Amino acid sequence: MNASKKFTLLFIATCALLLVVSPLFLKNYGVYLFTYWLIFVIATMGLNLTVGYAGQKSLGHAAFFGIGAYTVAILLKAGFSWWLGMPVAVALCFFTGLVVGFPALRVQTIYLAFATLGFNTAMYLVMRNEEWLTGGTFGINGIARPEVFGLSLKGGLAYYYFVLACAALMMGLLWGLLRSPWGKAFTALRDNPIRAESLGIDTRSYTLMSFAIGATYAGAAGVLFASLVDFIEPAPFAVGASIMMYLMVVVGGSGYFWGPLVGAAMGVVVPDWIRDAAPALSNWYLPLFGAVVVLMMIWLPDGLLSLPDRLKEKRASRKASQDRAVRAAQTDAAQTVAEQKSAAL
Amino acid sequence: MSLLKVTHLKKAYGAIQAVGGVSFEVQPGEIFGVIGPNGSGKTTLFNAMLGQITPDEGKIELNGQDVTKLGPLALSRRGVGRTFQTLQVFGKMTVRDNLIVAAQEHKGTMLSRMFATSDSGLGNKADALMKQFRIEHVADLKAGTLSYGQQKLVDIAMAFMSEPDLVLLDEPCAGVNPSLVGGISTLLKDLNQKPRLDKKSSFVVIEHNMDFVMDVCHRIMVMVEGKVLAIGTPAEIRGNKQVLDAYLGA
Repeated sequence: MNASKKFTLLFIATCALLLVVSPLFLKNYGVYLFTYWLIFVIATMGLNLTVGYAGQKSLGHAAFFGIGAYTVAILLKAGFSWWLGMPVAVALCFFTGLVVGFPALRVQTIYLAFATLGFNTAMYLVMRNEEWLTGGTFGINGIARPEVFGLSLKGGLAYYYFVLACAALMMGLLWGLLRSPWGKAFTALRDNPIRAESLGIDTRSYTLMSFAIGATYAGAAGVLFASLVDFIEPAPFAVGASIMMYLMVVVGGSGYFWGPLVGAAMGVVVPDWIRDAAPALSNWYLPLFGAVVVLMMIWLPDGLLSLPDRLKEKRASRKASQDRAVRAAQTDAAQTVAEQKSAAL
Repeated sequence: MSLLKVTHLKKAYGAIQAVGGVSFEVQPGEIFGVIGPNGSGKTTLFNAMLGQITPDEGKIELNGQDVTKLGPLALSRRGVGRTFQTLQVFGKMTVRDNLIVAAQEHKGTMLSRMFATSDSGLGNKADALMKQFRIEHVADLKAGTLSYGQQKLVDIAMAFMSEPDLVLLDEPCAGVNPSLVGGISTLLKDLNQKPRLDKKSSFVVIEHNMDFVMDVCHRIMVMVEGKVLAIGTPAEIRGNKQVLDAYLGA
């Protein structure tokens, strides 16, 4: 194992330890905020697969988040168990994601973004207007949290650890998927679909699967979200939320595995931290965030996690130009010696 | 039986007849060259043969089976590999991964690949091909960071990774320095001679570099204005007055 891999493993272990230990020292709101962040990490991991790895521009991710949340809330209200609600919600999102993926087979880039945005708007209107099912703007309240082996998760800390375990499990599954040949196929689809198809990669199936799996992650996050907040209404699942999730992926680093952790932290934790640490700045958070995003798109378009790669590239090009300068100096010196020799002769 | 048989293929773009009734056959183990001036319909012919565009008329048969309406994916699975006129490597992947992804979909099912190892068991094969193409020293570098010539070699190697029956190479020497052209020529001849599953690999090559075409190809087809002007061995083509007048010059 090389030094870089050792450092990465050590860094991951330290972060994991911090995630396990730090909530013990936080107040209720801090634990709530961390749970909220983890839920958005799960949702944006799915979007990172769709957008970052497979290159499909989706602006409808919040709709899947909402479908997950409403499915579990409606089923709980109808008297079903949370443990039935979760798989039903996830399966529903998987199949809806498959269907939403079909436009991606015909249109790409900004046109696909608009198609998915249209889907999000339609879902939002269903959530808002179909009061008999969703409660409309009054929403659905009293969404219970599950029990694990008879252990109640009503407490904030217990629920945090449950969400942490879910996030770790889903992260592991995604890691496995991206390490498998599927990961390379998604990247090939993103970078050059025509070449990918000529190599036998079924771009159609991989496009659909990228949407379906991404939607599954959003659905699972939606279920966890509903149980966290206890009450849901349509607002958190509107188009604005999709754009915010997309922004989290971009800010963290689109196509970087750990990007969603950083991106979701920037979108969820940092605003609250600013509100707490510098109340004077709290009203200015969004304009500041917007300005930071604009600057990032100019200087760091691949997101925060692309910074080490950028630095490495810069170091490599600096070293290459130094080497070139040394070689040029050596050539000059050799030429001078040859000239002196021929002059002496 | 011919490996590839193209019969009376036609493709028009509006009033322009890009390919106007082209017929030819490629035998197993043959390197077949397609030459002609710019705009003679070579790339349109290629794209029609590879399912990138649908021909207006005509028939394409591969090993006796009609593949006229098949797309690039289905053709790839039937053993047809290709390179493009411009570089088409996956720039953010390493060279080794470029080669692995070029063949991984030919192993198992989509579901089984979900649980397969990262290299799909193709690591050794990729290493051997990189050695043959003399790019093993850049195996772990991202393909996008390589020089044009090195990327061209990766691009060509990718087309061979899945051991296709037929490889269509669109201007393999374009933009490549003269010393590398010789290398590509040797590589193609080696790959053609090395029997695979008891048969030699076959290629169709579009190329403007006449020395390369005359050196590598067994037979050559000359196209002018979407039609076949002549088909023959390099010596026959060199001595064909019509070809000399229309394309090769004095």
